[in-house]
Amino acid sequence: MSEIAATDALPKPKRDIAPLLLPVVLAIVMIPLVGSASSWVTLTVASLAMGMMIFIMASGLTLVFGLMDVLNFGHGAFIAVGAYVATLVLLPLASWAQADSLLANLAVLVPAALLSMGVTGALGLVVERVLVLPVYGQHLKQILMTTGGLIVAEQTLYALFGPQIIPMPLPTALRGSFILGDIVISKYRLLAMLLGFAIFVAIELVLNRTKIGLLIRAGVENREMVEALGYRIRRLFLGVFMTGSALAGLGGVMWGLYREQVHASIGDELTVLVFIVVIIGGLGSITGCFIGAILVAMVANYGGFLVPKLALVSNILLMVAVLMWRPRGLYAVTSR
Amino acid sequence: MSALLKLTGVETYIGRYHILQGVDFEVPEGRTTMLLGRNGAGKTTTLRTIMGLWQPKNGSITLAGEPIEKLATPDIAQRGVGYVPESMAVFSDLTVKENLVLAARNGPLDDAQLAWIFGFFPALKKFWLSRAGSLSGGQKQMLSIARAIVEPRKLLLIDEPTKGLAPAIVMSLIECLKEIKRRGATILLVEQNFHAARELGDHVLVMDNGTIVHRGEMAALAADVPLQERLLGLSLEAHQ
Repeated sequence: MSEIAATDALPKPKRDIAPLLLPVVLAIVMIPLVGSASSWVTLTVASLAMGMMIFIMASGLTLVFGLMDVLNFGHGAFIAVGAYVATLVLLPLASWAQADSLLANLAVLVPAALLSMGVTGALGLVVERVLVLPVYGQHLKQILMTTGGLIVAEQTLYALFGPQIIPMPLPTALRGSFILGDIVISKYRLLAMLLGFAIFVAIELVLNRTKIGLLIRAGVENREMVEALGYRIRRLFLGVFMTGSALAGLGGVMWGLYREQVHASIGDELTVLVFIVVIIGGLGSITGCFIGAILVAMVANYGGFLVPKLALVSNILLMVAVLMWRPRGLYAVTSR
Repeated sequence: MSALLKLTGVETYIGRYHILQGVDFEVPEGRTTMLLGRNGAGKTTTLRTIMGLWQPKNGSITLAGEPIEKLATPDIAQRGVGYVPESMAVFSDLTVKENLVLAARNGPLDDAQLAWIFGFFPALKKFWLSRAGSLSGGQKQMLSIARAIVEPRKLLLIDEPTKGLAPAIVMSLIECLKEIKRRGATILLVEQNFHAARELGDHVLVMDNGTIVHRGEMAALAADVPLQERLLGLSLEAHQ
């Protein structure tokens, strides 16, 4: 055994920080291009807030993609359902939401968010059992089933809530901005940033500090071996699927409040965006998803400000650029 | 010596290919049984079928008298079967410690068991907090085996542990497996390295075209050069 014991010390694994630096570098490069400091801060905060909301919506999808190799094109349905369910609480209790009391605002906002997460989590359970379970390992069928599920969900929302756009006004406490000199920071964007970052930290802690997290990371890499160690990965996957669905529901609530309106095709619109984020980040990587979401939001905001005509294709251009640099995404976890 | 594992008429298909064509054998408790044969004979398929990774179409598999052929892989693992695949399948994104924490399904890592493992796999202690992906091939194999023995198991299924390793590492690995054997483990070991097979095996099974074509004592096969040539097309002596 001496040959093994005498092995030279391994070089310390290098931390791959290049992707982490990308948003920072992009933000710095934009300072002279944007010109005004206050515009730059506003755009950067807007990017971070939008990025965090997209991250919340996409985080579940990247784990589902990475862990079980399931292409869930119906993920957007959870976003739309989450937003609509919140209106069931926010609109009847509009007087509380619009009251000039933080406590009254929270008393309606928190239950609305929790109800949305509960309903979308439960919907995730049904979708996994009914639509996804029969087509494990069959990508084409997964695309057909989940896209079909998205269409059914969208049409059901039209049938239940009507085709009109439903207003979803921000509660009073989240309206307005903090003003620091020339710089204006919207309260809601700040909340979105903080909440998104808190969820990122929570997911990272679960993935890195708990046995369930270890199982998820191991399962993303090699499902079969996790089962051979005696763990039922299907149950784990169901849990991840439900959590991802609930997070998408929360993301839907936040997006609805951000736009102050909800419509049934919200899921359709955001599905493409979350898929771009998941692909840019690398399938199964939460950190990659986090950075990808910020990059997508930055390109949309800076690009929209500097070259408005580019806004339509900016995300595709970003994806092409990232994949030319790293074909498996910013942080490749799986070899798929 | 009673049989811990028994396969009777096991047939496994992979797609439309009929790989195992009626496999019958027993693995006695507390002994090391070598499963030899040429590439494509069905050795890995046999281990994967026992582990539930591929479902047999016909036949029965019993572990300590209990039928397991219809059980899912996690249920088979929970009945005390440890599996070391040919690919090693260490979780490269996890540290050595995390790999072993996952393998210790029934609770926290046992200090005495760890000390025993570190006794013959000192590299694992040295690189305890390193990512498994940064280990060498030999060290990954050690981790893969350590994962299978970090908790007491009734049966170990080990698939070609010496494959692709440098000769010096192979010798070390044989010593490690001997130590595991001395603890009374029951092992079904697939091996292409005949020297390793002779060193480790109590019993031997030889496979060809998805069936067992020879069974007996390893020492008897090792001593019978014509039989080796007939069964394997090779002589053990040529692989010293």
